[in-house]
Parts: sequence; structure tokens; C-alpha cells
Amino acid sequence: MADKLFKVQVICPERVFYEGECDLLELKTTEGDIGILAGHIPLTAIIAPGAMKIKNGAETKVAALHDGFIEVLTDKVLILAESCEWPDEIDLNRAKEAKVRAERRLKGADGEIDVKRAEFALRKALLRIDLCENK
Amino acid sequence: MASMRDIKRRKESVTSTGQITKAMKLVSTVKLQHAKSHVEEAKPYFQHLYDAINSILSKSEGVSHPLLSGGDSKKKAIILVTSNRGLAGGYNSNAIKLITKGGFEKDDVVVYAVGRKGKEALVNLGYDVRKDYSEVMNKPLFSDAVEIGREVMQAFKDNEVGEIYLAYTIFKNTVVHIPTIKRLLPFVPEEGDVREKKTIEDLTLMNYEPESEEVLSEIIPKYVNGIIYGALIEALASENGARMQAMDNATNNAEEMIADLELKYNRARQGSITQELTEIVAGASAIN
Repeated sequence: MADKLFKVQVICPERVFYEGECDLLELKTTEGDIGILAGHIPLTAIIAPGAMKIKNGAETKVAALHDGFIEVLTDKVLILAESCEWPDEIDLNRAKEAKVRAERRLKGADGEIDVKRAEFALRKALLRIDLCENK
Repeated sequence: MASMRDIKRRKESVTSTGQITKAMKLVSTVKLQHAKSHVEEAKPYFQHLYDAINSILSKSEGVSHPLLSGGDSKKKAIILVTSNRGLAGGYNSNAIKLITKGGFEKDDVVVYAVGRKGKEALVNLGYDVRKDYSEVMNKPLFSDAVEIGREVMQAFKDNEVGEIYLAYTIFKNTVVHIPTIKRLLPFVPEEGDVREKKTIEDLTLMNYEPESEEVLSEIIPKYVNGIIYGALIEALASENGARMQAMDNATNNAEEMIADLELKYNRARQGSITQELTEIVAGASAIN
């Protein structure tokens, strides 16, 4: 399978995060994990916090992708991320702190919006810790 | 003619002012470089965001979404982006004029101010300034834009305001800055603005996960946040550009004044020497 390459662009508000070719792209959407190969049908989906894997032959790049949406077009994949980082850019201590904070808020939270935000923050923190410790 | 001492004192004062404006010009030049590179790095994101939302909307015609149809509230929320410091030429007053002379009823306007200058001016004029995010202007982050975006969209959802505007200064290049006011919500896609033919082909096949309405309600807030962030960094670049120009003009004027005063001073000196000589000669001839 792994012969066909396609273009990937990952764009953050602050910078162009990644631009290159790959043969398999894995990431997490609100509907679940998806893997994209060349020739995928056009798709627009919302991204959920998860690890993004960009595979090109034997080389695999992993990054933490927190928020945004993905557009799969016939010839390329475009990811508009609100925040995205490589494992070595993650501050482990900060992520751990954020995790504790989010857990604390989840326990004491009232109102639906607060819970949603805290859950989101918790997922982000867990993802960062996970990536950081397994790099 | 002013005395030599007066001219000298004036010249010294102009010189020190000139030094200050020159230093300020250098500082804002450096800041402008930073801000400019930020603007350039952020450009692709907005271009793609804009294209994406347009293509989704042009496909899902007739979708009714709370963020697309305006509320019936007469109130209008305006996010005004100005600077925290003055001495930037007409930069702040031009941005404020967008509101005061933009055909808005004063009582219908709710202002979310980013930047101390704009906030102070509008408070003095008696506008309802709901929130003040001035500290953001020192170094705008994306999370600040998200915060502002959430606040205004909450007001929109609660039907407190029927429309959301964004007033800021577009940074076209180092010397051209255009004050603009844009309507953020309700969102209207631009007609016939699908840039590439290819996208139309993609559109007919495009699948949405979850449904396009849900995707829309996720993407529109992202779009609003993105636009606000873009406005913040463009305004910052414009501010520094405007200040650089203003300070350049001030420095030039100071130099001109110094040259003029120098001439006057020399004349006054020459005059006083001539006068002294005449007096001495007159005194000597009186004795003889």
C-alpha cells in the first residue's frame, strides 16, 4: 500500500506547522480515530485532541494535535489547527499541572460549559503527558 | 530679536526632544519587524480558514444556523482594536472614528475595547464600554482572541446583541494602514468567491463528519476567533508602522528647527559682537 504519497499541510495561526508528503496520516476526530491514505474521499471533520502520526516510508513523525479541523481534498490534506506541537516542544511540568487543575475543576464544577472546558483541558493535558513520556 | 540665551535654551530643548523621537522611531522599527513577520506567518491560516468556511457555506445552502441568522436585538457589539500608547500619528483617532462616524446609534453600541486609547476616548464620549482587554495589545496571543471571541459570541447567543463588528487597522504594508470595520456575525459568505475551479469539484463530493450543520457550528466560532486574532496582530503591526512614521516626521521637524535656530543663534551672536564693537568705538571717540 505504502507507495502512494499525498501532500499534507498542517497550519497553525502562528506558523505553518508542517508541510510535506506522507503515505499514511493518522489522527483523531470527534467521531473517532481515522487513518488517511492517498485517494481518500473528500472529507471535512472536526479534530479532537489526539496524537497525529505522519508516516512517510520508515519515518514516522508524531505531534500533539489539540483543536481545529481537517479538510481532505482529492490531492492533498489540509489541517487547520488551533494548537499543535511536536513532543519536544511540550512542557511536561506544565502539562502535569494542567492535568491536576482540570481534575480539580471537574470535581468541583457546576454548569455544563465548565465541565466541557475542563474535560477538554484534561484531555489536552493527558495527551501532552503521554507524548512527552513516550517520545 | 530673542536673546542669545533664549535661543540657546530653545535649541537644547528641541535637540533633546529630537533625540527622544529618534529613539522611539528606532524602537518602533524593531517592533514593526517583529509584528510584520507575525502577520506574514499567520496569513496562510486565515486564507485557508476563509476558503474552507466559504466552501462549506456555498455547499450547504439554506442552512439555518443561529450564528448565521442575526438575532432580533438592536444592539451591536463592536470590538475596537487600538493601541495602549499614543504618539502614533492618526492611528488611534482614525480607528475611533470608525465608530463615532460610522453611522451607529450611540445607545445601540456595546464596545469591547482592546487598547487603552480607544477605550478612554469612547468612555469620554459616553459609549457603553462593556469589557476592556487592553493588556492584550502588549503581546497578542491566540488564546486572547479565543477569550474575546467567546465573550462576544456568548452575548450574541444570549441575544444581548444582534450583530458583531470588528473595527481595526489593516496592515497593508509599512506605510499603508487602512482603518476598517468588518461584520463578523451574522456571517455572510462572499458571493462567487470560490477561488479555484477545482474546489467546486471537491465540494460536490465533500463528506462531513459529523453533519455539515454541526461542522458549521464548530467552524464558525473558530473562524471568528481566527479573524479576531488576525485583527490583533495586524493592528499591532499598523500601530508600530504608524508610530514609526510619526516619529520619523517628528525627528525631521526637529532637525529642521535646530538648523533654523542655529542660524538665528549665529545671527544674534554676530549682532551682539557688532553692537559691542560699536559701543567701544563710540566710547573711545567720545574720550578723544
